[in-house]
Amino acid sequence: MAVRLQAAPGKQRSLSRAARREELYGWLFASPWIVGFFLFTAGPMIASFYLGFTEYSIANPPKWVGTANYQKALFGGDAQFWPSLGRTFMYAGMIVPIGLAGSLLIAVLLNQKLRAVALFRTLFFLPSLVPVVASAVLWQWLFQPDFGAINGLLASVGVKGPLWLSDSRSAPASLMIIALWGTIGGSTMIIFLAGLQGVPTELHEAASIDGAGAAQRFFRITLPLLTPTIFFNVVIGLIAALKVFEVALVATKGGPNFSTWFFILHLYQTAFQNIEMGYASALAGVFFVIVVTLTAINVHFSRRWVYYEGEERQ
Amino acid sequence: MTVRAIDRTSSASPTASRARPSYLAGRVALHVITALLALIFTAPFFFSISTSLKSTTELHVFPPIIWPAEPRPYNYVRVFEVVPYGLFYMNTIIIAVTATIGNVICAAIAAYGFARFRWRGREICFLILLSTLVLPEEVVIIPKFLMFHIVPEFLFGYSWINTWWPLILPSWIGGGAFNVFLLRQFFMQLPRDLDEAATIDGAGPFRILWSILLPLTQPALATVAIFSFLAHWRDFIHPLIYLNSREKFPLSLGLRWFQQLPLEAAEPREHLLMAAALLMALPCIVLFFTMQRYFVRGIVMSGIKG
Repeated sequence: MAVRLQAAPGKQRSLSRAARREELYGWLFASPWIVGFFLFTAGPMIASFYLGFTEYSIANPPKWVGTANYQKALFGGDAQFWPSLGRTFMYAGMIVPIGLAGSLLIAVLLNQKLRAVALFRTLFFLPSLVPVVASAVLWQWLFQPDFGAINGLLASVGVKGPLWLSDSRSAPASLMIIALWGTIGGSTMIIFLAGLQGVPTELHEAASIDGAGAAQRFFRITLPLLTPTIFFNVVIGLIAALKVFEVALVATKGGPNFSTWFFILHLYQTAFQNIEMGYASALAGVFFVIVVTLTAINVHFSRRWVYYEGEERQ
Repeated sequence: MTVRAIDRTSSASPTASRARPSYLAGRVALHVITALLALIFTAPFFFSISTSLKSTTELHVFPPIIWPAEPRPYNYVRVFEVVPYGLFYMNTIIIAVTATIGNVICAAIAAYGFARFRWRGREICFLILLSTLVLPEEVVIIPKFLMFHIVPEFLFGYSWINTWWPLILPSWIGGGAFNVFLLRQFFMQLPRDLDEAATIDGAGPFRILWSILLPLTQPALATVAIFSFLAHWRDFIHPLIYLNSREKFPLSLGLRWFQQLPLEAAEPREHLLMAAALLMALPCIVLFFTMQRYFVRGIVMSGIKG
């Protein structure tokens, strides 16, 4: 499944004319991406690294303050730094496993011999097409405590529903429900489905002849063969969850009482509402380190549980 | 690298057990569970549509009215009267289409460079490209904002904040790492003999890209176009940061603006908000239904890079 890179060209000192022309064309054609990378990714990252050590409010030029911004963040100078980080981790820690399990469950169901499988697949996929702003607005009304559909349904079975988005105890969970609705049946599920269809049926047939039940076949054959797909979805899903911002801004504005004030929301507020570009760049730096570290941890531990076909194990 | 047809259902259940009654019970249970789950996923749409068709008096009622006695499709027209939704629609279309064209052109050219030529630094560049696929955009959003503020002011005398430039230009310079990656994979699948034959016939590299590779990768180009269009249609954080005057808002900001409008005389407008949100989602859903196979292919290709 890994992308194959072609062998590096030989180390000839003097390239032939044709090779030199090929070299030129290569650079020329790839240049849109290369220029874009330096202009919109590498350059800004360097600038961000520098700005993280300054105080900058746009009106005045950046003023070098050394590590003051990082000290402020880490050692209590910012009342919302650690809480927003904690909330974000809590959110990701809940939503990634639930989301993956949900996507996998639906993919497994859709991989069975179902009637109207195309219809079901479409129904599960539709919520992921709704723009996040739109789904935040829709769910705000569904979650409305007095007249909303959800508390209406709960009342019909005799349960008094919570205040959902309007209560700091239930708001984070409510946002998770909105996010899960929009992601479980989406691309993660489709990728799982493609992975499931790559599991050779002969293995299943051989195992069932040997007397393995459906559950045993799933956990002993399907799941191990699916680990590269699971790994991919864990990495992508974790990064996406850590970035949670839009749904919180639109549905709760980070409230009530900061209960949905996530890290990127804090970054946005610091940079674009309080115009503290220097300190916000330090926050972006922290976020970058977190994402890189967590991805590295993921990759490191993947060696223990991800199985690639044709790979030899010691 | 071939993408497996996703419609194929696996034959996991062995034929030997087919005759048993427990097999039938299992089949029924499977359908019931799937249908129940599908119902849960679909219910929010149903309640939103129902709310969007209610009259103002039917909104604040408990328990909620499941379906309005007299559905009012006129609510959807009202949205365009109460807020400049037509303008928001036009803005979104202009931004999304212009950016998408840039993405497709730029990504095709860059992907050609990666797929068909050998140059020093290509492998390292491709690895960097892959790693930018997982780099969160939020990390560079502040310096990008400052750049679009300062650089045009220095060059042309006015800032690009509160213009569409920051939303469109990055698509025209760069093309999007994912799009470049996707098209490169497709170009690599085409035999090089095609290029060589064309070279012998005297075609230059531009000509080969334009008349040979691009026509053969039309489905891939469609996939890139769809994903790019959707991404710009749904984009919220960039317009939020760059735009502040209402007449430049795309739908994402327009909808939020509508949501935050102070209530006049406490007149309920949740039905109109529902209609507005559904109107914003509708083109995405239509695009999905008309272009379904490109969707699935694009998503599966994105999973293959893992």
